[in-house]
Amino acid sequence: MTEKVKVRIDGEVIAATAGQTILQVARANNKYIPALCYMEGLSAVGACRLCMVEVSGVARLLPACTTPVQEGLAVATSSPQLQSYRKIALELLFAERNHVCAVCVSSGHCELQTLAQDHGITHIRYPYNFPRLSVDTSHPRYVLDHNRCVLCSRCVRTCDEIEGAHVWDIAGRGINSRLVSELKRPWGEATSCTSCGKCVQACPTGAMAEKGFGVEEMTKQRTVVSRLTTMREGQ
Amino acid sequence: MKRVTIQHVTRIEGHAKITIKLDDAGQVTDTQFHVTQIRGFEKFVEGRPYYEMPSITSRICGICPVSHLLASSKACDEIMAVRIPTAAAKLRELLHCAQIVQSHALSFFHLSAPDLLLGMDSDPAKRNIVGLLEEHPDALRDGIALRKFGQQAIERLAKERIHPSWTVPGGVNAPLDPHARQEMIAELPAAMSIVKRTLYLWKKTLDGFPDEIESFSNFPTMYCGLVGPDGSMRLYDGNLRFVGADGSIVADQVSPNDYATYIGEATLPDSYMKAPYYKPAGYPDGIYRVGPLARLNVVDRCGTAEADRELGEYRQRLGTGTARRIVQSGFHYHYARLIEVMYALERMAELLDDPAILETKVRAHAGVNSLEGIGIIEAPRGTLIHHYKVNDDGAMTWANLIVATGHNNLAISRGILQVAKRFVDGNKIQEGAVNRVSALVRAYDPCLSCASHALGVVPMVMQLLGPDGELLDQVS
Repeated sequence: MTEKVKVRIDGEVIAATAGQTILQVARANNKYIPALCYMEGLSAVGACRLCMVEVSGVARLLPACTTPVQEGLAVATSSPQLQSYRKIALELLFAERNHVCAVCVSSGHCELQTLAQDHGITHIRYPYNFPRLSVDTSHPRYVLDHNRCVLCSRCVRTCDEIEGAHVWDIAGRGINSRLVSELKRPWGEATSCTSCGKCVQACPTGAMAEKGFGVEEMTKQRTVVSRLTTMREGQ
Repeated sequence: MKRVTIQHVTRIEGHAKITIKLDDAGQVTDTQFHVTQIRGFEKFVEGRPYYEMPSITSRICGICPVSHLLASSKACDEIMAVRIPTAAAKLRELLHCAQIVQSHALSFFHLSAPDLLLGMDSDPAKRNIVGLLEEHPDALRDGIALRKFGQQAIERLAKERIHPSWTVPGGVNAPLDPHARQEMIAELPAAMSIVKRTLYLWKKTLDGFPDEIESFSNFPTMYCGLVGPDGSMRLYDGNLRFVGADGSIVADQVSPNDYATYIGEATLPDSYMKAPYYKPAGYPDGIYRVGPLARLNVVDRCGTAEADRELGEYRQRLGTGTARRIVQSGFHYHYARLIEVMYALERMAELLDDPAILETKVRAHAGVNSLEGIGIIEAPRGTLIHHYKVNDDGAMTWANLIVATGHNNLAISRGILQVAKRFVDGNKIQEGAVNRVSALVRAYDPCLSCASHALGVVPMVMQLLGPDGELLDQVS
């Protein structure tokens, strides 16, 4: 039998199940914690650092998506310090690659863009990195634009955990990290790719898109992954 | 030898510098027109998927993004090798006409009317749109209303006034809203009244500029523009026609795909703007002009009733050469621009009256079916060419853009020499002289951000340099 625990989120006492993460409990109770790399139905990796929260008695901030709840846990989801750190994290994402919303297929439907708007980001305080990055157009149906990739790895986990094909990986380290298909083969030559397109639907930005879509046209079905997971769990 | 530099030219789109060289007696010996920025669109689009080109290239310009959107979409249609749905072609032309109206209104009223209505020698502190508001509030109101009409029509069609995403490879991404159609139909008569009033005013005012007419690029050149199969005006489609300085047709019904057979591009040492020329005549003899003046010189007729009546009067009054087809002075770009607004409004009325404009099949879908595509339209400032090459996956491998102001580069440069020789004299710069040199440039309504595909704010400065290159005087 699953153990029930009581936690306090932003002062409100909430009943949860042991093993749930802070983010899961918060979302189940309509408490907003921003996140980019987290996607319901996938394993959590704590990569984007946007869901950092303050936990009473813990000196450092903890990622809500990977921190399990326990009896008596008290969490603050928002504070001036958290807002400041989240803005820094978002601005660094924008500064790292070439995110040009004006000509992006996902403009208006982009999670990164929405988060920036929600956090009142009007400009980037850090110098842009302006890396020279390629666009992989080799797949007949889909396109991968490294300029717009935030390395959230949602596509990697979707392909591995949901489709079972494991086409995608992150290669390199630090700022030189790149999403690669089949050990750096062009996507169109990746024999393990089933062309299911779930990675495209999971991508939070315009990094992965269907071919032929113009600016602002690429809307994504974000619930595909969680729906599939829910249905499989029900079998 | 002394030298005058105008940096920056004001009331134009983009950045420009003009150098005027004087001899020891203070007489003009030579001039140069420099476009001083570079943006590199043709280079940095390499590797991008071709279907992103309309949205990327429309960022070349905020004044007429629709022009780049359409030329680019047409080039992409060619890469997809599709014939776009009829309604989509009509909607694109309708959008384009609205763009012509707003851009021409901007050029005539907002940018040039201070010179034309307040006078070339009027107080420069008041020779602007605010001065116009004091002296000619009705004309300014008309100009603002006309531009608003064009911009609102663009918004009604494309949902956004600037950089809309409605025009896409294969057509447009949404059919016309019947309500928007009714609104545009209702607004057309008021816009037409403004054009008629302004043409009447301009025809009365014209004789007050004999010196400007005589010296504003008043020299023989060839002319280029798109025409229909019957020689009538075409803004969105059609084939190229080149007409000689005497009005004779030099090349006709040139398919857009053959443009490179007729148009060469020279690079200039002092400017980021290239200098296209008519290839068979070579460089620089192949000088030709595009834009409103050239289009009216090229066509046999406009093809709409009111505009054709105005074209007849225009040619009767000013035309020379074969069939009185040719109006040579660059000063008459203004007159031609107003006639074109009339044509665009009439064409909008025709298109809106057509029930087919409401059809809901407005987009063809396809992948890469051709590795090369060329799209040509008549932008407000003249012929606009987008030429793309892609690989099998649809990634751009090469792009060439020839914009209206580029075609006019040689003519603007030569026109600056002519007007400078007429008005610039002595060792002290007269403000009126600076303004006339700038006004010549403005007559072409150049868009230098387009021409260089360059970063641009606006202005222009004139410097007077002595024989040894020392700065004697400067006006900015």
